[in-house]
Amino acid sequence: MSDAFAIEAKGLTRRFGDLTAVDHVDLSIPHAQIYGFLGPNGCGKSTTIRMLCGLLMPSDGAATVLGLSIPREAEKLRSKIGYMTQRFSLYEDLTVEENLEFIGEVYSIARRRRHERVEELLELYRLRDRRQQFAGTMSGGQRQRLALAAATLHEPELLFLDEPTSAVDPQSRRDFWESLFALCDSGTTVLVSTHYMDEAERCHSLAILDRGALVAEGPPHKLTAEIAETVLEVQAADLRAARSALDGISAVESIAQLGSRLHALIDAELADPAETVKRTLAEAGVEARVEQVEAGLEDVFVSVTRQRGEESRS
Amino acid sequence: MISVSRATAVARKEIRQLLRDRLTFGMIIGIPLLQMTLFGYAINTDVRHLRAGVADLADTQLSRMLIADAEASQVIDVVERTHSAEELRALLRKGTIYVGVVIPRDFERRVQSGHRVAAQLMVDGSDPLVLQSARGLLDLPVPGRARRVPAAGAARTFELRAYYNPERRSEVQIIPGLIGVILTMTMVLFTAVAIVRERERGNLELLINTPVRTIELMMGKIVPYIAIGLIQVSLVLLVGSIVFRVPIRGSLVDIYLSAFAFILASLSFGLLLSTVARSQFQAAQMTIFFLLPSILLSGFMFPFDGMPRAAQIIAEVLPLTHFVRMIRGVVLRAATIEEVGSEILPLAIFFAFTLAIALVRFQKRLD
Repeated sequence: MSDAFAIEAKGLTRRFGDLTAVDHVDLSIPHAQIYGFLGPNGCGKSTTIRMLCGLLMPSDGAATVLGLSIPREAEKLRSKIGYMTQRFSLYEDLTVEENLEFIGEVYSIARRRRHERVEELLELYRLRDRRQQFAGTMSGGQRQRLALAAATLHEPELLFLDEPTSAVDPQSRRDFWESLFALCDSGTTVLVSTHYMDEAERCHSLAILDRGALVAEGPPHKLTAEIAETVLEVQAADLRAARSALDGISAVESIAQLGSRLHALIDAELADPAETVKRTLAEAGVEARVEQVEAGLEDVFVSVTRQRGEESRS
Repeated sequence: MISVSRATAVARKEIRQLLRDRLTFGMIIGIPLLQMTLFGYAINTDVRHLRAGVADLADTQLSRMLIADAEASQVIDVVERTHSAEELRALLRKGTIYVGVVIPRDFERRVQSGHRVAAQLMVDGSDPLVLQSARGLLDLPVPGRARRVPAAGAARTFELRAYYNPERRSEVQIIPGLIGVILTMTMVLFTAVAIVRERERGNLELLINTPVRTIELMMGKIVPYIAIGLIQVSLVLLVGSIVFRVPIRGSLVDIYLSAFAFILASLSFGLLLSTVARSQFQAAQMTIFFLLPSILLSGFMFPFDGMPRAAQIIAEVLPLTHFVRMIRGVVLRAATIEEVGSEILPLAIFFAFTLAIALVRFQKRLD
């Protein structure tokens, strides 16, 4: 069965008591792409992934994953997907090799093929020297490579990664993403959740989640191009003075500091925003350079989550 | 500096948590209640209503009166009637009866003579408490032989023959049953923490996302412990026979078959606990909760027949009750597995039932 999308969800909802962790999320995720879930902790990323794996029952809505209806056909899905949990979930009291062998056995991979796969993965993820080491004694980056090896051992068509790089140094993160692109090139669909902007930017396509709701979706460049506000970059010697001056303009919707610069999101209705800002700053006696720039993902994130915040307040 | 307010804050927090942890709270109340009920009510060292068999070879009015009197004493309940002492011995070995009353053909003449014992009591002496109770029947007056105190030189009504443990050593009685107690403790606890531990350490989220089936998971958790259980059996038998000189009269195959059935029942119950408990600590608590009635009601410490009906009904549900009967039969009375095999069925039912509930309860999901 070949479907247009690896994952399709309609109105996917999960409530825990009074809390709605995931609120009517619609998804259409194509094959052989790296698709990202971007959002802060508690925004519903993990819950959505768990529902798509069939580990949690949706309170409402429906999903089809690799052509299988979830959660009804979750058992059939098991051998087709790989899942890397947010928390390290391999056995700390087993060695690297024992863990991989165990996973291979659980997926019923024939002995010879299993040994081959384990060797391949030990090589690919630079774990060969650590094969006899207990998983519990390894560093964050090593554990993460082991977890990825375990999740891909049975060559799944679809890989779920729940914040895979949260306990990992920058070099390991870069290597990890190279591995993901390699998997994607060989036809695997990857769904990865993250709260890092730089990781989100690497995804082919992206969903931004905020308090359980999907607030924006699309390829990163499209999201930045379609931002609702004008983005102004302000460079000034006295950033604090600049900031308080900008606060006085009603059209300024948010200000964020990025190093020695400020990014201000300005209501797009405002005509000639750069001039308005320059004039205000000059009136306040702040010397500054103001420039209209292209939005970054961070700006998009601020823009879409802020809008929803206002809606829920009103 | 000790801060009282900090200490009070901690105490308040502890109490709050305790009130919210229903299991611990339940045990705080439950264990004293349980203990008091067990020791004050169910356990009775003055054993009455021992199951008895009668071989009345005389079959006269007098012999029937004697049996009626023996029953009226409440020490025995006649549950079997046979035609020979031999048949009584077989029932004794199977564990159907604790006491056999043999009234010889020449009963009337023996009564008349006054110098010969009138009849015989055969007692399963492997339990000292049973033996002691049966002893109370020895001087039961024969209706025809009216007298208040035994006259000098006058014979007693019964002669007593204790079977299986003539030296009346209690360790002989205790050790076979102890196999069961040890297995209950270890088997239930091991499997009770098995799944909870995976959940606590986060392994379960990975595991349930693999194609592994619940039944496979459960079996995988059970099988290693069967081996461990059988090793424990061997150890107790070995030490028991060498150090405590417990005679092993039955066949080893029968001993291991009985133990195997019991181990399965204990392991499946442990799995069931594992699906209920939320932490390893809770699993351990629940195990103790199960262990206590097992030890006290199974006949391991106190004879089954001495307990009131309600306690007996609970005891019949506990796997240890059936195992204690089997293992004592095989080890001490050389009973064969066919003779004590009726105890395997309750164990099998217990195993199937608890495993089924465990399977239903364990969902391959996180909610």
